[in-house]
Amino acid sequence: MNVIRKFYYGDIPEDKTGGTIVSKETKTDWPLWEVFIRSKQGLDHKHAGSLHAADAQMAIENARDVYTRRMEGVSIWVVESKYIHASNPEEAGELYEPAVDKIYRHPTFYNLPDEVNHM
Amino acid sequence: MNKMKSNSLIDFSLHLADNALILGQRNAEWCGHGPVLEQDIAITNISLDLIGQARSLYQYAAQLKADGSTEDSLAYLRTEREFRNCLLVEQPNGDWAQTMLRQFLFSSYQYYLYQYLQNNKEETLAAIAEKSLKEVSYHLRWSSEWIIRLGDGTEESHSRILKALEELWRYTGELFIAAPYENDLGIAISSLKHDWSKKVNTVFEEATLKAPENVFMHTGGKTGTHTEHLGFILTELQYIQRVYPGCEW
Repeated sequence: MNVIRKFYYGDIPEDKTGGTIVSKETKTDWPLWEVFIRSKQGLDHKHAGSLHAADAQMAIENARDVYTRRMEGVSIWVVESKYIHASNPEEAGELYEPAVDKIYRHPTFYNLPDEVNHM
Repeated sequence: MNKMKSNSLIDFSLHLADNALILGQRNAEWCGHGPVLEQDIAITNISLDLIGQARSLYQYAAQLKADGSTEDSLAYLRTEREFRNCLLVEQPNGDWAQTMLRQFLFSSYQYYLYQYLQNNKEETLAAIAEKSLKEVSYHLRWSSEWIIRLGDGTEESHSRILKALEELWRYTGELFIAAPYENDLGIAISSLKHDWSKKVNTVFEEATLKAPENVFMHTGGKTGTHTEHLGFILTELQYIQRVYPGCEW
């Protein structure tokens, strides 16, 4: 439960007491959604940010209003944030470091024919 | 075009422009006060769409008047009795349910009206209608979903939308009664009522709502007789231009 101390016009006191205590049930808040936008030139959807919405339809419309106002996109995906599973930063060592000394996995050791320009 | 017809076209363009400007101004009152950030942006986005439509229509009317009027003078320097917007758009925001219902009732009307005007022989008017229709389609879709969400939502949201319906339904009759300028131009405004009612009833059904019957319908806005609210809107809207004439920034 979040507790917010709310002050009205001009009654913000120096000692920060007073005001009306407004409690807010977090369970009635709208869930958080992650937004992915594909731009006109882009092939893939890129994470654009997150927002609150009551349902998927509202999430898409909110995303349209919040993230595509300046013609950023032609396609929107939304997914409720709770369905995103993330890797644990504390496990970064065991997850990523083993790749560090395996430079042979990069294609930098090949001799390319001259005709191949853009690699 | 004869003189009478040209005056009617000016009046009709102003009527369309005033509808868009006043609803845009009303919706803009939510700016910074929306129930959540995302909806605050959504409603002010609609506001900007409407003000954009109003600008195109005022520019068109100013061009027809050809008396030195500009889009600004038409928006900022006409008095309450000269405004021809329908009564529905000047009604107060009330709570979110009332704002959503006002938007839905108006967007559904504007949707069929612009669809109809796309084929008008006045090319500029037809072009403005065609361009605005995409925006209005979105407003209609967005507000329909809110009506369903609120009507078929919680006990409180349902009771709020019922209250809004009681407040606003009485201003919907006027939309389909032709003003003299609409008659002159042969705009068959009453013919739109069938499609509009069908759309409204479909959404209401999904929202577990029912359109009120036998309600006294208020009229007058389209010919300049407004409810008490318009004066207050214009006072705020026109303040800067009245106090500092010609002010720009």
